[in-house]
Amino acid sequence: MAEPGAFRTATISVLVDNESGVLARVIGLFSGRGYNIDSLTVAPVEDGRGRSRINVVTSGTEMVIEQIKAQLDRLVPVHRVADLTQEGPHLAREMALIKILCAGEQRAEALRLADAFRARVVDATTASFVFEMTGNPDKLDAFLDLMRPLGLAEVSRTGVAAIARGARVI
Amino acid sequence: MTTSEMRPGAEILLRALKDQGVEVIFGYPGGAVLPIYDAIFQQNAIRHILVRHEQAAVHAAEGYARSTGKVGVVLVTSGPGATNAVTGLVDALMDSIPIVCLTGQVPTHLIGNDAFQEADTTGITRPATKHNYLVKRAEDLARIVHEAFYVARSGRPGPVVVDLPKDIVINPAPYAPAASTPHRSYRPVVAPDAQAIARAIALLKQAKRPIIYAGGGVINAGPEAAAALTRLVRETGFPCTTTLMGLGAFPASDQRFLGMLGMHGTYEANLAMHGCDVMLNIGARFDDRVTGRLNAFSPGARKIHADIDPSSINKNVPVDVAIVGDAGRILEALLAAWRADAATPERAALAAWWRQIEAWRAKDCLRYTQAPAPGSIIKPQHAIRRLYELTLAAGRETFITTEVGQHQMWAAQHFRFEKPNHWMTSGGLGTMGYGLPAAMGVQIAHPEALVIDIAGEASILMNIQEMSTIAQYRLPVKVFILNNQYMGMVRQWQELLHGGRYAESYSAALPDFVKLAESFHATGLRARTIEELDPVIHEMLATDRAVIADIAVDQAENCFPMIPSGAAHNDMILGPEHEGDAAGITDEGLVLV
Repeated sequence: MAEPGAFRTATISVLVDNESGVLARVIGLFSGRGYNIDSLTVAPVEDGRGRSRINVVTSGTEMVIEQIKAQLDRLVPVHRVADLTQEGPHLAREMALIKILCAGEQRAEALRLADAFRARVVDATTASFVFEMTGNPDKLDAFLDLMRPLGLAEVSRTGVAAIARGARVI
Repeated sequence: MTTSEMRPGAEILLRALKDQGVEVIFGYPGGAVLPIYDAIFQQNAIRHILVRHEQAAVHAAEGYARSTGKVGVVLVTSGPGATNAVTGLVDALMDSIPIVCLTGQVPTHLIGNDAFQEADTTGITRPATKHNYLVKRAEDLARIVHEAFYVARSGRPGPVVVDLPKDIVINPAPYAPAASTPHRSYRPVVAPDAQAIARAIALLKQAKRPIIYAGGGVINAGPEAAAALTRLVRETGFPCTTTLMGLGAFPASDQRFLGMLGMHGTYEANLAMHGCDVMLNIGARFDDRVTGRLNAFSPGARKIHADIDPSSINKNVPVDVAIVGDAGRILEALLAAWRADAATPERAALAAWWRQIEAWRAKDCLRYTQAPAPGSIIKPQHAIRRLYELTLAAGRETFITTEVGQHQMWAAQHFRFEKPNHWMTSGGLGTMGYGLPAAMGVQIAHPEALVIDIAGEASILMNIQEMSTIAQYRLPVKVFILNNQYMGMVRQWQELLHGGRYAESYSAALPDFVKLAESFHATGLRARTIEELDPVIHEMLATDRAVIADIAVDQAENCFPMIPSGAAHNDMILGPEHEGDAAGITDEGLVLV
């Protein structure tokens, strides 16, 4: 456990019943109690059992993060709350679509950097590119920082999907 | 399910309520719930009590629930019916009271169209309830109603809303009995972990200056839990204090009881909390009104926290041992482990601790001076003391409800409770207007009992319309108003914290409460000076119908002891009866209200 009072980031996965209002319950809990949401994704998983998985990246002191998990766990449609950050190594991936408006030498530079970051060109005109890129959020941030002076015009990010490494399942 | 078993949704709803053991519904009709009222009209198993405002329906159901241990049931219409109920729902959420609130809704095909009397009830009540449901399919109706009752009463109890579109209660629906299998996702832990119990006992056996701090969780766990608490306190010989919500969980007459703790708690309870070396919190939540300044709260104590709700643990105060489970089962487990553990308690240290506590108790922090001469103004504390003594002498089973403010704190300090479920007050939300409808609910559940709402003249006006309900059902509820012509607690804070600028806290243009009582077919009584107090209380207790007793009390009286916001337990202000007051009010404290 970190120092009390020290902030940490937590990637929390929540398995919920896929019913109307469940996302509002989770978001309302965060806003109502003043917790941070750095990223949030939700989609149905486990066909046939009607469940969805919510991945939320949050930050706070250890006491606050324990509180967030306990508050999530007591929502009636919540099946399982897993703190992937705490429970062991995990993978976190995010996808972004990134639009660059540029001309001349900047186009070549943007393509070189995209190649280095393994970003794919999914749309191009004489005045623009759209790159598709997947990676952990830090990698996306680093790429966006590099693209800013090269004509970064628009970003659409999915938020984080996360899963534990190895045989562990939540 | 064959079609022959299909019945209109309203009938299915009532059948499910009946199967849940519901005897009484507190409600108010309207367009969206007319089919349900039609079904109620055609049966006799469930009684409906018509309130005069939906907020009061919820408070009445709370009074019913708190005095019986059963789930309180509310039925209101869509739109304003539901929004009026919201204050009651939040009140029940904060105080962990089991309520099922059925709300009407516009027909499913109109939802989202801004239809007449449409409100997004599940959206509005999501943070106001433990859980809520919108019934969209006839086949879900019975299951959801049963589930709502399970969620409301199990784990940490709370309010549950079931929103019922009009077509759902008109169209045929199948019936389904309550599920016998566990809920798919909601499974509260009730049995305590044996290792946590063992670690708690190890701490308790070594304790030199222990204290047991009990809350409303013990009351919610049922009378057996309060009995187990009493046995544990007596066997360990430890001192016991309770929260506002926990009054009655331990007998007030027991020498080991230190009174209530917290902002207006006793000197001995708060100093014992501050100076203890081991604290056992059972069914309380380290509320800010209890802890005072958090970084000065009980600095030397190893803390054990037993709670049914894991999210209560380490929320405000980090603890050394956490025990999740039902308070009654935890107390039984602690008692068994205390007996089984061979270690001897620290008897000599405990005796010294008790000498210290008795020295604090000798301060007599609740002392007040009542001038005895005829014509003297009545001290509010004295009015409560006499009410307590004369009801005790009357020997009837007595339930007390309160509104919110000074009178509430004086009632908590000066009325003594021996048993659980006899004290209903709005603790967490602090809802003015709670007491009168709550008293109604208690009286419905206990028709023969003496039910008294200890009120202030400001709070009582917030739900005064319920006098009409009380008249309709001939409920002999007694309303005992401590009338100081001020919102007393607001005035007290303005005096202590805002330079005596009494902004808007004067109760101007008050009604004549005697005539008001009479206009609602009740008896009105008034005591202006001390010699009139006892006769008024005697007459109130001897009257077999509703009474409003308007007791004129000292306008300048403040409620002490008081831990100012932002202060620690050992920075308590004692009243003018005591010397050497130290007002520990800080600027940071001002914002804590």
